[in-house]
Amino acid sequence: MPITVKTFATLSEAASALQADRTTRFLAGGTLVMRAINEGDVSFSTVVRATDRAFGEIRPAGARITLGAGVTMAQVMAHGELTFLHPVARAVGGPAIRNMATVGGNLFAPSPYGDFTVALLALDATLAMQGGYSGRETPLEEFLSSRERNTSLVASVTFNRPSPDAFRFRKVSRVKPKGISVLSIAAHLPINGGRIAGARVAYGAMASTPMRAKSVERALEGRALDESGVAAAVAAAAEGTNPPTDALASAWYRREMVAVHLRRLLKGTP
Amino acid sequence: MKTPVQFKHNGSDVAVFVDGGASLLVALRDGVGDTSPKFGCGQGTCGVCTVLIDGEVHLACITLAETVAGRAVETADGLKSGASLHPIQTAFMENFAAQCGFCTPGMMMAAKALLDRNPSPTRADVIDAISGNICRCTGYEPIINAVLAAAGNRQRA
Repeated sequence: MPITVKTFATLSEAASALQADRTTRFLAGGTLVMRAINEGDVSFSTVVRATDRAFGEIRPAGARITLGAGVTMAQVMAHGELTFLHPVARAVGGPAIRNMATVGGNLFAPSPYGDFTVALLALDATLAMQGGYSGRETPLEEFLSSRERNTSLVASVTFNRPSPDAFRFRKVSRVKPKGISVLSIAAHLPINGGRIAGARVAYGAMASTPMRAKSVERALEGRALDESGVAAAVAAAAEGTNPPTDALASAWYRREMVAVHLRRLLKGTP
Repeated sequence: MKTPVQFKHNGSDVAVFVDGGASLLVALRDGVGDTSPKFGCGQGTCGVCTVLIDGEVHLACITLAETVAGRAVETADGLKSGASLHPIQTAFMENFAAQCGFCTPGMMMAAKALLDRNPSPTRADVIDAISGNICRCTGYEPIINAVLAAAGNRQRA
C-alpha cells in the first residue's frame, strides 16, 4: 500500500501533522521507518518529514550541549567537542547506518537497539518535545517510561557536558566491529574530593527500554572508585533489571554478564 | 499518487516517478533500471544495497527515494568507465573477492567510500569500512585483501 509522504519546512508544522493523525509516523534517518515500510507494516499510512535546519544542528553552548534530533551518528563522530560521545556513536551500526541513523531515532529504537540513548540516560538528558504548536521539556527517563504512547515530535536533546573522564561507555556484542548489543552500559561518575557525587548508571538491552541502574547508583554514591566501591556496585549490578531473551542472549546470560562488564567499566579494564 | 524525483545517477541526470514511501533502491532498480544495488534484507542490515549519496555511504533500501532529489547517487554500475574497470573492480577480480557475488556491489561501494577519503587505509580501517556489509559466503579475507590491493594500485596509478 503506497504511503503518503508529507514534508514540512518547520518542526512545529510537522509536529501538528504528526499529532493530527494516529496513523502517522515521523521519518528522520529512515533506519526504523523505512524498515517498517519494507516489512509491510500497515499500522501507519502517512510519513511526516521536516527539513528544518535546526533539526540537524549540534549546539554546544558552554557547559550545555544540545543535539538536534536529526543529528546523525556520523555528525556526532565528526564533532570535536563531543569526543566523549564518539565511542557511543561509533557503537551504532556500520558506516552507512551511522550516516543515516539519528539521535532522535535512537530514542525510539526497540531493545536491544538504542545504545546512544543509554549514554543520554546516564548524562541525564532532557528532550525538547514539540507537540502541535507548543513545546515542552521532558526528562529522558520520563519519555522512555511512556515511549509507546508518545505522539509528540522530539526536536532536540540537551545535557550537561561531563567533566573529563567522568563519562564511561561500554557495549558488549558478539560480532566486532559491528554487532547488536548483548548489553550496553553508560556511567556518569563525577568525583568530588575523591568520592563519587551524583552517580548515574544506565543499561541497554537489560529491559524493554534503556533503564537506569538505580541500585548501582546508590551503591556508588559517596564511595571512592576503589576495590570496595566497585565490589558494592557489582553486587547490585543485576538488581531491577528485566532483560529480554532473544537471538543474541538469554535473560539469564545478560544478568550474569552485566556484573562482569560493570566491573570492567568501573575499573577501566578492557 | 506518483512522485517525480530528479537526481544525478552516476553523473547523468535522471528523473523517475515513484510511489509514496518508495525506497531509493526501488527507484534505482525499477525506475532507472540500474540493478547493481541488490535487494537483500530490506532492513538496513546486510549492506548489498550500499550506494553513495553526495559521496557518503548510504543504504538505498532504507532511504526514502524523494530525499535524494537534486543529489548525486553513485552505484557500482558507475564504477567502470567505458570498457575499463575501476581499480576496485580489478582488485576484486584479481584477489578472488567475489564468490557468489551478491554482496560484491555493496562491498565495492563501501570500499570506494573508504578509499575516496583515505587512500592508504590500514587493515583495521578496511574492516571497519565493510563492517556494515555481510558476505554470507564468508569470504571476508579476500575482500579485505582486495580493498588493500585497490589502495595499493591507486597509489601506483
